[in-house]
Amino acid sequence: MMSPAEVLNARLQQRRALRSRSIKPWYRNGALVAGIVIVGSLVLIAVLAPLLAPYDPIAQELRNTLASPSAEHWLGTDKFGRDILSRLIWGAQVDLRVGFLAVLIPFVFGSVLGAIAGYFGGWLDTILMRIVDVFFAFPFYVMVIVLVFIFGSGEASIYLAIAAVSWVSYAKIVRGEVLVAKKQDYVTAARLGGMSHGRILVKHIGPNVLSQAIIYGMSDIVMDIMAIVTLGYLGLGIAPPTAEWGSMINDGQEFITTQWQQATIPGLMVVVASLGLSFLGDGLSDLMSPERRK
Amino acid sequence: MTMPEAQPLHAQPSNADPTATDFPALRVANLAKSYDLPTSLLSRISNRGEKATLRALDGVELQLNRGEILALVGESGSGKSTLAKILVGSTTATAGEIQYHGAPMPARRGKDDSRRIQMVFQDPYSSLNPRLTVGAMLRELLLLHAIVAAKQVRQESKRLLNLVGLEEDALDAYPSQFSGGQRQRIAIARALAVRPDILIADEPVSALDVSVQATVLDLFASLRRDLGLSILFVAHNLAVVQHLSDRVAVMYLGRIVEVAETAELFRNPRHPYTRALIDSIPRMSAGSVTEAFQLEGEPPSPFDVPSGCRFNPRCPYAVDACRTTDPVLEAVAPAHLSACIRATELTELAVARV
Amino acid sequence: MTDPLLSVRSLSIGVKRGSTDPTLIVEDVSFDIAKGERFGIVGESGSGKSLTLRAIGDLLPRGVEVLAGSIRYNGTELIGMPRSSRSKLMGPEIAMIFQEPMTALNPVVRVGEQIAEGPRRYLGMTRAESMTRAIEMMAKTGIPDPVRRARAYPHELSGGLRQRIMIAMALSCDPRLLLCDEPTTALDVTVQHQVLRLLEDLCDDSGAALAFVTHDLAVVNQTCTDLAVMYSGHIVESGTVREVLSDPRHPYTQGLLDSAPDFDRPDRPLIPIPGFPPNVASRPSGCPFAPRCPFVVEACRTAMPPMVTVAPGHGAACIEADRISRELVAR
Repeated sequence: MMSPAEVLNARLQQRRALRSRSIKPWYRNGALVAGIVIVGSLVLIAVLAPLLAPYDPIAQELRNTLASPSAEHWLGTDKFGRDILSRLIWGAQVDLRVGFLAVLIPFVFGSVLGAIAGYFGGWLDTILMRIVDVFFAFPFYVMVIVLVFIFGSGEASIYLAIAAVSWVSYAKIVRGEVLVAKKQDYVTAARLGGMSHGRILVKHIGPNVLSQAIIYGMSDIVMDIMAIVTLGYLGLGIAPPTAEWGSMINDGQEFITTQWQQATIPGLMVVVASLGLSFLGDGLSDLMSPERRK
Repeated sequence: MTMPEAQPLHAQPSNADPTATDFPALRVANLAKSYDLPTSLLSRISNRGEKATLRALDGVELQLNRGEILALVGESGSGKSTLAKILVGSTTATAGEIQYHGAPMPARRGKDDSRRIQMVFQDPYSSLNPRLTVGAMLRELLLLHAIVAAKQVRQESKRLLNLVGLEEDALDAYPSQFSGGQRQRIAIARALAVRPDILIADEPVSALDVSVQATVLDLFASLRRDLGLSILFVAHNLAVVQHLSDRVAVMYLGRIVEVAETAELFRNPRHPYTRALIDSIPRMSAGSVTEAFQLEGEPPSPFDVPSGCRFNPRCPYAVDACRTTDPVLEAVAPAHLSACIRATELTELAVARV
Repeated sequence: MTDPLLSVRSLSIGVKRGSTDPTLIVEDVSFDIAKGERFGIVGESGSGKSLTLRAIGDLLPRGVEVLAGSIRYNGTELIGMPRSSRSKLMGPEIAMIFQEPMTALNPVVRVGEQIAEGPRRYLGMTRAESMTRAIEMMAKTGIPDPVRRARAYPHELSGGLRQRIMIAMALSCDPRLLLCDEPTTALDVTVQHQVLRLLEDLCDDSGAALAFVTHDLAVVNQTCTDLAVMYSGHIVESGTVREVLSDPRHPYTQGLLDSAPDFDRPDRPLIPIPGFPPNVASRPSGCPFAPRCPFVVEACRTAMPPMVTVAPGHGAACIEADRISRELVAR
């Protein structure tokens, strides 16, 4: 075939070719880094709440209600004399946790169903898709509010309500991705290699389709935080006196002209969290898509 | 470049006689594959209730001998890809049977049967899982079929890569880091990992650059020579076919219309379609496009198979009998089969070389 | 030679990257196409042949632009011309045929309409006149039953027919220059044969010039009279088809000829070109083919070799071109 010199040359080139096609490292991905920094900081704040918060978030100081920001209370106090800053910090725990968990359940449930429907097709797929269509017919908030009303307020019912409604998006996304992936030659090759359907779904198709669901999940966390905040604002969310950004906005809105920071700052936190999660989603999308996909 | 003795070269089906050397590696008889297409209510009304049936394969007889490279040539609608998929077990036939070394091959292949016949795909960009490193991919196959012990996986993977002309450092890389030609070689290494004795290559070089095609073609030739593989090579580039294969089978609209040894086929085609194909090949030496034989019309649709000989509407040598008789593939010369009722009289089909 | 129809000089195409140097994909490309000439541009993936063609047709993808050089059509400079003037000049004079007819045709418009659009817009024909012309063109391109087929949508036609529609569309305004980007690569062999014949005949009849991009040397041999071989964004050899293919003077051209199976010489062993196609991002200095060249010397790596005339009308960009001939290398 080739002379030894040519073979050597070819091997040298192969090494060079491998290196030059290396993938852009994650730390060069601007959105990803920004997302990690922001979300990471918020998570840190939430985790370190007991150490960071100067006061107990539910401790009332009835002789010092509606105080303006001062050296003792950096953001002032609310109408029950509770320190706003401490409530903000502790609130991060609640909102982030609920946002994340509220996405995890539908993500798992919806993705699995969608993957099975997409892969096996047939009547399984048809039935699932009709169910999904029914769910999509109802507006998100209407359903969630009705369900929370039925289940009663509290963290568990929020999870249930949101999960019951939002799993369909994951099912649809993952099903679509699986439909495309299963036509790829590498899936056929895996079948020809004697692999079982289960193995193919989990090991081969899975990693290739979940990226879209994960990216959607990021924006879903944002949406769920908004939902919790809204529910909190409507009085249907986490029961008081637990600190939570939504209920803080609700509490603070009557004093918007005098103590504007009580409502605005929690609102800003929601915005920052959403921004961070969006960046994270963008960055992950970059990381998982074209370069890796090819 | 022989395989170590760890596993037999191919695991025989239990009812095949391993000492019988006169059975071809693969034999296909009366193979048919039809698709009933679901039609919409509207079109069913307009077609008066007739369903559209796609007859992709309609009675295929073919034989792949041990250690040979057989090329399967045809245009769109010929059914060559469908045949390849059925042979490798990706789809099942609607009729007919497949024999592997003389024993019937089940339609649905289990894990063990799947090792015997492997496939190399056309598109190097979709045939490798983008999320698995080359090493992970090979490892999975080697362990699943217990080809070697877990400790030896890396060494065996390295050996497979060397077999296809790649280095060990490819094991830790992702497919996206390789060029098209390299990916095809990785795909071949994957196919070889389970130690098949038959390889079905579905247009493996069509998507590659010309200068790279040669390396992959040489690879197939050396695999046949050194490992004794039997290779079915589906292709549309007749120059490639002529270079690489021992025998050629020409397909048209779901049937095999001619089979012969390569040199013989290209020198003395005995079917008008084959002659037309040969004349369509762009040449490096001749002047302008040859006048000799230009087909009218399009490759036909398998929805609408002509009666009698499938080729008769476009055949310049068609006579009345061609419209009523469905020709059988039979010998017109030693080791030369043709499905044309006029095969023996049509001496003018022989190709004059420049 | 009388004034060429198309004259490309030192064309460079690439991607600008802010303050750093732009990434060049096509570099310093020059060639002429005479009236009625059939000019082939041959190369593999990454050679820049498609981009060169698209630059002529003002169809570069977003982000990719002409960074230097000139493209003169009938003496008029095309680069820098405002969009509107360019399309007025281009529409009727220069037409393009693409590789994949399914994506080049509008799926929701009947094919007859699509062909008629050009004459209506550029030649000022009325609706009826343009439709007649469309049917005329369809008949010319060998489409059976053109009156009925004109009312079909693209998805109702086969690949070969769609390609003919595209040819009909391209020729509907009687252009002087036809740009073809691998027009037959996606077609079956027998259909390719028909389409190439068609292109040849139509260009002969109308006197249009052809710029034909392909990777298939045999197709170029049959269809074109002159050719340029591109590698890694440069033209490495150019001349008449007969000259270049019988006496290649650039190692890459030789490599291409040696590695491609030739139907007329089945016993010749294929000699692949060692190494890998170049990466646009990391081009070494000097001759881009140096890493893979069997004749490489030190001087090859220092600077891009200039185009050297090795015979009348035949140039090769290789400093060893004079000495390299097929006899030198043992076959």
